[in-house]
Amino acid sequence: MDANTMKETQAIQVNKKSTKTTHRITGSEAIIRCLIAEGVDILYGYPGGAIMPVYDELYKYQDKIHHVLTRHEQCAAHAAQGYARISGRVGVAMATSGPGATNLITGIADAQIDSTPMVCITGQVFSHLLGSDAFQETDIIGISTPVTKWNHQITKASEIPSVIAKAFYIAKSGRPGPVLIDITKDAQVEEFDFEYEKCTAVRSYNPVPTTNPETVAKAADLINSAKNPMIVWGQGVILAEAENELKAVIEKSGVPAAWTILGASAIPTSHPLNIGMVGMHGNYAPNKLTNECDVLIAIGMRFDDRVTGKLDTYAKQAKIIHFEIDPAEVDKNVKSDIAVLGDAKESLRQLLPLLEEKSYPQWLQKFKDLYAIEFEKVIKNDLYPTKEGLTMGEVLKEINIQTKAEAAIVSDVGQHQMIACRYAEFNTTKSNITSGGLGTMGFALPAAIGAKMAAPDREVVAIIGDGGYQMTIQELGTIFQQRVPVKIVVLNNEFLGMVRQWQQLFFDKRYASTEMTNPDFVAIAKGYFIEAKKVTKRDELKEAVAEMIACDGPYFLEVCVEKEDNVFPMIPAGASVSDVRLS
Amino acid sequence: MEKQLFTVSIYTENNIGLLNRISAIFQRRHINIESLNTSASEIEGVSRFTIVVSVPEEQIKKIIGQIDKQIEVIKAYYHRDEDTIYQESCLFKIKSDLLFEERQIQNIIKESNARIVTVNKEFFVIEKSGKREEIELLYRELSVFGIMQFTRSGRISVTKDEMKISKMLEAFNQ
Ligand SMILES: Cc1ncc(C[n+]2csc(CCOP(=O)(O)OP(=O)(O)O)c2C)c(N)n1
Ligand SMILES: [Mg+2]
Repeated sequence: MDANTMKETQAIQVNKKSTKTTHRITGSEAIIRCLIAEGVDILYGYPGGAIMPVYDELYKYQDKIHHVLTRHEQCAAHAAQGYARISGRVGVAMATSGPGATNLITGIADAQIDSTPMVCITGQVFSHLLGSDAFQETDIIGISTPVTKWNHQITKASEIPSVIAKAFYIAKSGRPGPVLIDITKDAQVEEFDFEYEKCTAVRSYNPVPTTNPETVAKAADLINSAKNPMIVWGQGVILAEAENELKAVIEKSGVPAAWTILGASAIPTSHPLNIGMVGMHGNYAPNKLTNECDVLIAIGMRFDDRVTGKLDTYAKQAKIIHFEIDPAEVDKNVKSDIAVLGDAKESLRQLLPLLEEKSYPQWLQKFKDLYAIEFEKVIKNDLYPTKEGLTMGEVLKEINIQTKAEAAIVSDVGQHQMIACRYAEFNTTKSNITSGGLGTMGFALPAAIGAKMAAPDREVVAIIGDGGYQMTIQELGTIFQQRVPVKIVVLNNEFLGMVRQWQQLFFDKRYASTEMTNPDFVAIAKGYFIEAKKVTKRDELKEAVAEMIACDGPYFLEVCVEKEDNVFPMIPAGASVSDVRLS
Repeated sequence: MEKQLFTVSIYTENNIGLLNRISAIFQRRHINIESLNTSASEIEGVSRFTIVVSVPEEQIKKIIGQIDKQIEVIKAYYHRDEDTIYQESCLFKIKSDLLFEERQIQNIIKESNARIVTVNKEFFVIEKSGKREEIELLYRELSVFGIMQFTRSGRISVTKDEMKISKMLEAFNQ
């Protein structure tokens, strides 16, 4: 027993003795009661010295709140993200001080850039040790500051209820994001009079700017008078739960609508005005025609560089309308002519009655013509290949068919991610869960765990590369222990494929450190008692996918795909959207 | 776009971590903070940051947006010099002998509207408030005689226009 643990045990014992009245509880019990009061049913985490009192309470409250032990704190954060992304609720992750807390950081940074509501609770050393380089002390507040929406360190038990209430409010409201609460061990063991009140406002924080009807009217006029308008929507629509409003706006105005990766699934793939994905590996038509439309209506998206390509040549001919909740995003990358600040649901609701019923058959035909070109040059070969090697695209197509486009697709990062986002078909919103802004390899497996646990009735299929899979492969342990029936598909090209693609295109095929000698993935899955299969030939694919979907428990499917396939279309980094390449 | 000097005024909750959060926004974009001052404001419990940076206007707008969205920031503004009344202050520590041996020093102090804060056998201390240029002039004039220590504060400023923070906070209370 190290000195630290001894002190901890003493502190806990002292505390037990001093228990007098029933309404006085410890800080750790208060933490659990706060989580329960916030409706948390599941949280993800990993114990350690500085958070042990809280785990002790989790043990006592296990019938009310389910703690999932992941195999790495990074994965606790990603699981909480998956939980949040599929459900719209706040995901919760917990870790000890020092390495436990720093391991959360990648997930927190991911949640920050992808606006995912998450509350992370970390243990911290006793407050009298703060700043003394105590065992497992790191300045997690300092470290997490640039990647959190808000963070706070608690050193007194009495602060716990109000700070946790504030954490949930901030994480979920307005543009969501991650909040980290660091709680010293003395605050965990101290007793106080517990009382919980939900937070409904913070005076220095205005989560949702009020939609200005005059600006909406101006936007409506511009849309009504447009000749070749185009909508690009992003995740803001999903976060605001404005899918129905968007659909109504699209259908009434007749404006063709494209989506960013994180906006995928807000409108069904099959919708006749859904013209596909924009961005680096997006569809040919919406990328090209971004530079031909006369009015570009951006809804809940932030003009990320992976969407815009070179800014100097992005939609320069168009008038830009930006529907946005976060004032800091307005004019950050692309200067708008009309910025409608506010919640997307409310703004679109106000917009709808002002729109004229229109359709743009000729303009829409342009999208169809360019789609035909993309189909001929790219899509046909991806989805209906005639060569021997399997393509990633045909795997996605098979999954679409067999899940009837009802699955939630959780993708990792790389070629398989772009293929998944391009070809996965969605009927239901909140179904495309992927690491967009940060591009975090290793995201998918833990995020799929969180997603499946938050939505047990949904089919959750993780699409992962052989590289990214090995970044968080240990989560098979969590899947096994918790019996999470996720379906795991590894598209194995024996390469860090996306990097290899760049090496081929821009570095004269010098494949520096991108080739992978892989283990027997099926044996590994079986080692965790997960049903597993490997497919190497086209004629095995359909049956294997069927077996996977039919399986009640977790299932692992490895598909060996063509090693050196490339993802197209592609806008080379720094090029214009109109320079999108088909080969 | 050309770089310009801007004064950033930020009204905030009194919070330990906020300085970090705000300075990180400048640091990410490699912006050198020319001066930074934090103090109480006219409102009880509300702090005020005064930060001076030299950046293009387009950039300061984006930075203000990113500062403003920090949870504990009540409101952030940027101003040009002509929109504010601003001052810096400085201290000079100088050998006492010079006060008597160099007549000129006394004239310089008088003409520059500086103030002698303390005198003892070894040294005396001069305080001067004013614009940066005035302080720099005084520095040049005194440096010929030898300065033992010199320090200058960050800029503090008030705006000519109202900033309506109290109104914002009142609106919240309703
Ligand atoms: C944590 C992390 N490290 C490095 C990268 C850079 N990166 C982007 S895609 C990629 C290759 C991914 O390979 P794999 O998982 O096999 O997927 P594939 O592209 O082959 O489908 C790499 C290394 C990243 N996005 N994330
Ligand atoms: Mg690969």
